[in-house]
Amino acid sequence: MNGPWLPVLTALPLVGAIVLAFLPKGADRLAKLLALGWSLVVLVLTIVVCANFDPDGDRFQFVTSYTWIPQFGTRLAFGVDGIALVMLALIAVLTPIVLLASWHESGQGRRSVKTYYALMLALQTCMIGVFVATDVFFFYVFFEAMLVPMYFLIGSYGGPKRQYAAVKFFLYSLVGGLFMLASVIALYVVSVRELGEGTFAFDKLAGMDMSTTAGRWIWLGFFVAFAVKAPLFPFHTWLPDAGGQAPIGAAVLLVGVLDKVGTFGFLRYNLPLFPEASRFFAPLVIVLGIIGILYAALLAIGQNDMKRLVSYTSVAHFGFIAIGVFAFTTQGGSGAVLYMVNHGIATGALFLVVGFLIARRGSALIADYGGVGRLVPWIYGAFFVTGMASLALPMTNSFVSEFLVLLGVFSRNPVAGVVATLGIVVAALYVLWMIQRTMHGPTNPKLLEEGSPKWRDLSRREAWVIAPLLVLIIGLGVYPKPLLDVINPAVKATLTDVGQQDPQPSEVAGGNR
Amino acid sequence: MSTAVDVLAADIQAPKLDYAALSPILILLGAACVGILIEAFVPRRARHFVQVVLSLVGLAAAFVAVVLVAQREVITAGGAIVIDGPALFLSGSIIVLGAISVLLMAERSLDAGGSFVAQAAVVAGSPPDRRLASEPTSHTEAFPLAMFALAGMLVFVSSNDLLIMFIGLEVLSLPLYLLCALARRRRLLSQEAAVKYFLLGAFASAFFLYGVALIYGYAGAVDLAAIHDAVNGSAANDALLFIGLAMLLIGLLFKAGVVPFHSWTPDVYQGAPTPVTALMAACTKVAAFGAILRVFYVAFQSTKWDWRPVLIGIAMLTMVVGAVLAVTQTDIKRLLAYSSIANAGFILTGVVALNDRGVSSTLFYLAAYGFTTIGAFAVVMLVRDADGEATHLSRWAGLGRRSPLYAGVMTLFLLAFAGLPLTSGFISKFAVFAAAIDGDAVSLVIVGVIASMVLAFPYLRVIVLMYLSDPAEDGPTVSVPGGFTAAALTIGVLATLALGVVPTQLLDLAGQAAQFVR
Repeated sequence: MNGPWLPVLTALPLVGAIVLAFLPKGADRLAKLLALGWSLVVLVLTIVVCANFDPDGDRFQFVTSYTWIPQFGTRLAFGVDGIALVMLALIAVLTPIVLLASWHESGQGRRSVKTYYALMLALQTCMIGVFVATDVFFFYVFFEAMLVPMYFLIGSYGGPKRQYAAVKFFLYSLVGGLFMLASVIALYVVSVRELGEGTFAFDKLAGMDMSTTAGRWIWLGFFVAFAVKAPLFPFHTWLPDAGGQAPIGAAVLLVGVLDKVGTFGFLRYNLPLFPEASRFFAPLVIVLGIIGILYAALLAIGQNDMKRLVSYTSVAHFGFIAIGVFAFTTQGGSGAVLYMVNHGIATGALFLVVGFLIARRGSALIADYGGVGRLVPWIYGAFFVTGMASLALPMTNSFVSEFLVLLGVFSRNPVAGVVATLGIVVAALYVLWMIQRTMHGPTNPKLLEEGSPKWRDLSRREAWVIAPLLVLIIGLGVYPKPLLDVINPAVKATLTDVGQQDPQPSEVAGGNR
Repeated sequence: MSTAVDVLAADIQAPKLDYAALSPILILLGAACVGILIEAFVPRRARHFVQVVLSLVGLAAAFVAVVLVAQREVITAGGAIVIDGPALFLSGSIIVLGAISVLLMAERSLDAGGSFVAQAAVVAGSPPDRRLASEPTSHTEAFPLAMFALAGMLVFVSSNDLLIMFIGLEVLSLPLYLLCALARRRRLLSQEAAVKYFLLGAFASAFFLYGVALIYGYAGAVDLAAIHDAVNGSAANDALLFIGLAMLLIGLLFKAGVVPFHSWTPDVYQGAPTPVTALMAACTKVAAFGAILRVFYVAFQSTKWDWRPVLIGIAMLTMVVGAVLAVTQTDIKRLLAYSSIANAGFILTGVVALNDRGVSSTLFYLAAYGFTTIGAFAVVMLVRDADGEATHLSRWAGLGRRSPLYAGVMTLFLLAFAGLPLTSGFISKFAVFAAAIDGDAVSLVIVGVIASMVLAFPYLRVIVLMYLSDPAEDGPTVSVPGGFTAAALTIGVLATLALGVVPTQLLDLAGQAAQFVR
């Protein structure tokens, strides 16, 4: 299907943000409704795009491009493959949900409500842009621009330590981004020398010859940026702070989508552009991923703040995604991409439920709860299902992806597969223990004594927020095929770029192209 | 081609002057001279208005002249002045940035009587001096002084001969020394800034002149093309050449505010009236780097293996020192000064690339940076309390709550300094780094990237202060800018955004202008 679908899709939320910014002061309700309506329009448009995507067609579809800065050889080039498409769908689904979830939260204090919603929409433009750009320069622009709205969302609307968290988030990401900038520039210079003209077009760069040394150095620049973003151990320390301090709506987008940009970057840029370097560094990434899985899980057990705990579980999950990507098998790769979507749904839902609890109790500390399940059975139910999805119980969406990743890793490197499996055990521990301490047992007397607001169960708004995600958790757990159909061809194409086939029994890994 | 030697010879002929090609310089000098006459003959009340109009008209006329000359490449005035691509581009930048600075200088609604004191010679702190602070009159001589300085800058970037370059240097420097001393508030600081700038500047000029003398001893000429020939084919003692070049370099790098010749920058930027600081940060930087480009690309290109490593080292040092020291600053003007030092390092990165791309990226960087930095200083002018501008960073806390618009504008400028995409700062950095990698100065780019990371922190600290801190009880107010400052701010914002989103036109222009005529 032709036409400027993707440019329109990218620009639409930004237009909404600008409209919101010009609303008169006080028109909070209008701002909220407008933002929600706008995000639903984006959702509809995304559905149209998804419906017209042909899984067996070209690798990149809806391709359009416009001249931008000819001196740098960069164009406004749009296009989606299967991997980007499922991420687009995730963004489109999550955004209206988090906007609805932020209904009351953003109104607290003296902060402007319309600014909050405008920032959210601006963030959506950047998120969409990152996934639809097929020009490395253009991608980088979105990659960095994304920081600004998120910085203000955390810094202006976050918890008590929001300044610290926002600055840490910004500096970590910017530092990673600047490493990537050096690599992007170097890539450009290499393209000038190899192809005769400087270009940032993905398809031209993907087939380019490059000296081994240059390839490895440039790979490292990209890797650091993505590893900070994802985040991989040892670049992860900003996430618990940012996730713990961000307002719930922003936190969901942060771990649900923003962090996926890192793992998406591995798949889209590191692997196809630098096949040799990717093969060379793969063991390193797998080791980092496994350390992340186990280390973050252990830290998650020790957390007493639910938002921080969920953030740490994300670090562990990103370890899984990274080893899936760098296992260079179709199962591992497809599992990793599916994991990116599923993690966005499951962890996003977990964050939202934690947000419901915080909205009632005014605290994120586990110790401030206890026996809540009896007071709010519906929230308890939602908490339980999302928790189970987070620890990848069969029949939930995460199980399929985690299983595929482990399968893929095991066929390439059995030891890594076995060690990573330990992560599942620890995951069960932190999730179940959190549920036990907050929901089960005798009701914490403090909850009832101080005459605090009555514990209402799920309101209708909250039900609308969480229900779609619960449906997706179970639905994709039972029937993931539609997603896998879209993802598989893109992952296969990526692996062809790396020059790796799925290992046959007894074949040694690491073939040549 | 006639050289300076010929001119010195017995039969002196009047050199042919291409008046059309020289017209931008002549217009500015003319406007400056008329400005002085205005001081003598126009009644005090009308002077400010007349001076502002004259300066702006003069600058506009000079800009038109630059555009008209743009199709030509000439060497004129006995080989002393060259009008080529870089000279025209730099002249145009200086004129436009100078005009925006003049807008800031003309602002009188923020402080009764404007940024300048009425009688600079009164002893600082004495009772008459205190009375001056609230008097609605001011030194309107500032305008002709600025015009002289701008004319000197045009000469500086278009000179084809080291002696003329020296004259340009002096014509641009002397008015700036004076302008620094004219601040209405904090007189002592302002005078200190002027004296420091003058003393160190005089030293730098002396170094420059001594360098010219030694190079003359080596090459037998001060003409850049003749020096180029001499460097290529001379059997003379290289020691003269290198010592001369080093001294010349000291003089030029001083004006550009490059480490280790930077130490005047923070004091002078802090003490000078803010519009003058903006003028120096934007225009002087353009002029100094224009001259550096010309000297190295035209005269000393062929001996690059000797000086390029030195310049690379200096660029690294400048970026790192500027960035690290910026982190510890507590005064916004000093912070911007250190940021300008670090930016000088980034610009040098483009200079040492030593290819066409290096020239064009440096030209682009200078223009783009000028717009942003003038804008930033314009915001500094707006944040005021009873004592004038509130430049201490702690006073900026919570500014975003008090005045979201101006805090937002400042945030845009700071993000541009930090090199975030969709601002001009990103495109500039990208251009110079790409040129440097292309010129095999990868190490420089790595240091540049690290310096950018360090530098992001002070900028971010200001943003945090403005938005995330609670405002102080007795905090400064953000004045509503008068028409002049508003115009300058608008231009700054538009240029910063436009050069970040659609930089094609200016990049194209800079690319076309990248050829020096020898």
